[in-house]
Amino acid sequence: MEGIWQKFKGLMPEGLKDFPHYAEGPERYNLLRKNFVLIVCITAIIPLLLMAAINYYQYQSALKEEIVKPLSRLITSTKHSLELFLSERESTLRLLIRERTFEELSNQGRLNFIFQSLKAEFPEFVDLGLIDSSGLQRSYSGPYELKGKNYRDQDWFQEVQLRGVYVSDVFLGYRKFPHFVIAIKRDTVEGDFYVLRATIDTEKFNQLISTITLRPGSDIFLVDKEGILQTPSRHHGNVLEKIHFPVPPMSQEAVITSKKDKHGEHLMGYAYLRGVNFVLVLIKEPGEIMAGWFTLKSELLLVLVVSVAVILIVSFRATGLLVDRIREADQKREALYAEMEHTGKLASLGRLAAGVAHEINNPLAIINEKAGLVKDLVELSKEYQDREKLISQVDSILRSVNRCREITHRLLGFAKRMDVKVETIYLNELLQEVLGFLEKEAFHRNIKVNYNLAPDLAPIAHDRGQLQQVFLNIINNAFEAVEDGGNITISTKENETEPGVVEVAIADDGRGIHPDDLKHIFDPFYSKGKEQGTGLGLSISYGIVAKCGGDIRVESKLGKGSTFTVVLPQKCTMA
Amino acid sequence: MAEYRVLLVDDEEEFVSALSERLMLRGIEVDSALNGEEALASLKEKEFEVVILDVMMPGLGGLEVLRQIKSTYPNTQVILLTGHGSTREGIEGMRLGAFDYLIKPVDIEEMLEKMKEAAKTARTG
Repeated sequence: MEGIWQKFKGLMPEGLKDFPHYAEGPERYNLLRKNFVLIVCITAIIPLLLMAAINYYQYQSALKEEIVKPLSRLITSTKHSLELFLSERESTLRLLIRERTFEELSNQGRLNFIFQSLKAEFPEFVDLGLIDSSGLQRSYSGPYELKGKNYRDQDWFQEVQLRGVYVSDVFLGYRKFPHFVIAIKRDTVEGDFYVLRATIDTEKFNQLISTITLRPGSDIFLVDKEGILQTPSRHHGNVLEKIHFPVPPMSQEAVITSKKDKHGEHLMGYAYLRGVNFVLVLIKEPGEIMAGWFTLKSELLLVLVVSVAVILIVSFRATGLLVDRIREADQKREALYAEMEHTGKLASLGRLAAGVAHEINNPLAIINEKAGLVKDLVELSKEYQDREKLISQVDSILRSVNRCREITHRLLGFAKRMDVKVETIYLNELLQEVLGFLEKEAFHRNIKVNYNLAPDLAPIAHDRGQLQQVFLNIINNAFEAVEDGGNITISTKENETEPGVVEVAIADDGRGIHPDDLKHIFDPFYSKGKEQGTGLGLSISYGIVAKCGGDIRVESKLGKGSTFTVVLPQKCTMA
Repeated sequence: MAEYRVLLVDDEEEFVSALSERLMLRGIEVDSALNGEEALASLKEKEFEVVILDVMMPGLGGLEVLRQIKSTYPNTQVILLTGHGSTREGIEGMRLGAFDYLIKPVDIEEMLEKMKEAAKTARTG
C-alpha cells in the first residue's frame, strides 16, 4: 500500500507532494490553487477524454462496418454477375465446339449461319472463327478480313493450347471499340486439336457495371493485372488507360481497404474475377463515407468541449472559494496564535510580578521589624540626645516600607485579580489617588487636568484595586490621546434616574477615535495606541465594570476628543 | 507582667529575632522557632496561648503545622502570617481553625491587638 502511494506521489507534479511547507505568503495560495485545479483536471478531464476517445473509435468502427458490409456485398454480387456473363459466353462456345464437327465449323457458309444464330441470341459477339492446330484461321465470320491469318506465334494461341481456354484482355480492335477474345480448344480423336475463337464487345460489361448506381464521387471499373482499365471509369481514366495506383493483391473474396490520395482517404473494395485476368475495383468518395461520421464527430467534440469548459470553470471557482476559505482560516489562526502568545506573555509577566512581589515582602518585613525595633529602643531610652531626629528618620524608613508594601500589593493585585475585596470606596478620593500616578507626566507634558467632582458623592462598595485599574487605564488612554498642553476633564455625578448609581466621565480634547475603531475598542488585543500597547486595557476594564453590573460608554469625534463614561452601581453585584 | 506566652514561627531568622525583641520590649513572653518541626517541639515542652505562624515555610509547611497544633492543642490560638501572594493559604488556614491572619510586613500595633484577643480566647477556651 505504502509502495503504491509512493509511486503515485512520484507521478504527482512537484509541489503537490510537500505543498504547505516550502512556499510562503500569497505564493503559497497560488500554488495551492494551481495544484487543486491540476488535480481536478487530472481526475475529471482525463477520464472524460478517454471516454470520448473510446466512443470515437467505437462509433468509427461501427460506422465502417455499416459501410463495409454493403460495399463488399455489392462487389461480390457484381463479381458474380460478371463471372456469370463470362462463363455463359464461354459455355456457349464450348457447346458450339462440342456439338459441331470440325468440318462443319471450317465450312465458311456453315460458320456464317452459326454466327448469325449466335448473334441473334448474344448480340455482343462480334465475330467467330476457327483456327487449326497450325495456327491458321480456317474460317471466319465477322466484320474483318481475317481468314488465312496465322496465329501460331501469338501468346494467346500458346496459352489456349496449354489451358484449353483463353480470355484476353480488352483491346481496341480495327473499329476502335474495346472488345476481348474468348478462345476454346478441342482435342480430336487423332490427337490433333482446333480452336474456336470469338470476339466480344465489352459494352455488355459496361452495362453490367453501370447498373450499379453510385454517387458522383464514387467509381467502379474493371482492370487487368497490369492496371489497364478494361471498362471506362469516371475518375480513373478511359478504357485501356493505366490507373494511377497499384493493382491490389490477389483475392477472390471481396476485400475493402482504404486508399489515400490527394483528395483524402477513399474506401476501396476489390475482387479478382475467377479464371480471368480481371479485377473488379470499387472506389467510394471520402465525403460519402464520412458525412455521417463528421456529424457524429462534431457532436462528440461539442459535448467534450462543453464538458471540459464546465469542469474548468467549476474547478476554478470551487478552488478559488476553497483557497480563499483556507487563507481566511490561516489568517484567523495566525491572529489567534498572536493573541495566545500575547496572553501567554501577559500571564508569565503576571507570574513574574507575583513572584517578585512575594519575594520582596520577606526582606521588607525584616526591614519593618528592625526599624521598628530601633524606634522602640530609642523611644525607651529617654536620655538619648538626638532622639527626636532619629525617631523621625525611622518613621521615614517605616513610611518607605509601607510604600513598598503598597507597590507589591498592587503588583500582586494586577497579577491576581481574583483577590477581590469589596470595601467602601469614595470615588472622588480614588480618582485623585489614580491621578497621583500620572501627576509627573501631566506636569512634563503640560496637560491640564480639570476636576468637576460632585462634592457629596455617595460611597460605593467595590474592589479598590480593580477600580483603580479601570480608571488608571482610561485616564492613561486619555493622556495618550491628547497633545502636549491638552485638557482632560474628570467629572463625577450621581445618575439622575437611578439613585446610588454613579457616573464618572473622563473627557479629553485629543485626536478622537475613528468610528470604525469605536466598535472594536473593547475587543481584546485591539490597540491603536501610539506605542502599540497590549490592547488589553480597555477589554479588562470593561470586563471588570460589566462584572459588577456597570457599563462603560464612549462618545468620540475624530479630531475633537473622546469621553469615556464609567457607570458603576452602588454595590458591585458580583464580587 | 507576662500576660500570655507567644511562640513566633518563621523561617527568616532576622525577622524572628527583631520581632521577638520588640514584643519582649512590650512585656510579652516570646519563644521563637525557625521551622515547623522546631515549633512543634517547643509546644511539647511549654504551653503557649498564642502561636504566630508563617504560612510559607520550607519543610513542614505552615498549614500542616497549624493542622497539628489544632489537633493536639485545641486551645492554643494561631495567628497566620501571610504575604499578599499567599492570601489563598491564609483563607485556607482560617478554614482550618486559625484565629486570624496578618499580612506581612505587619504593623506592630495591629499585631498586639490581635494577639491580645487571641490570648483572651485561649484562656476562656
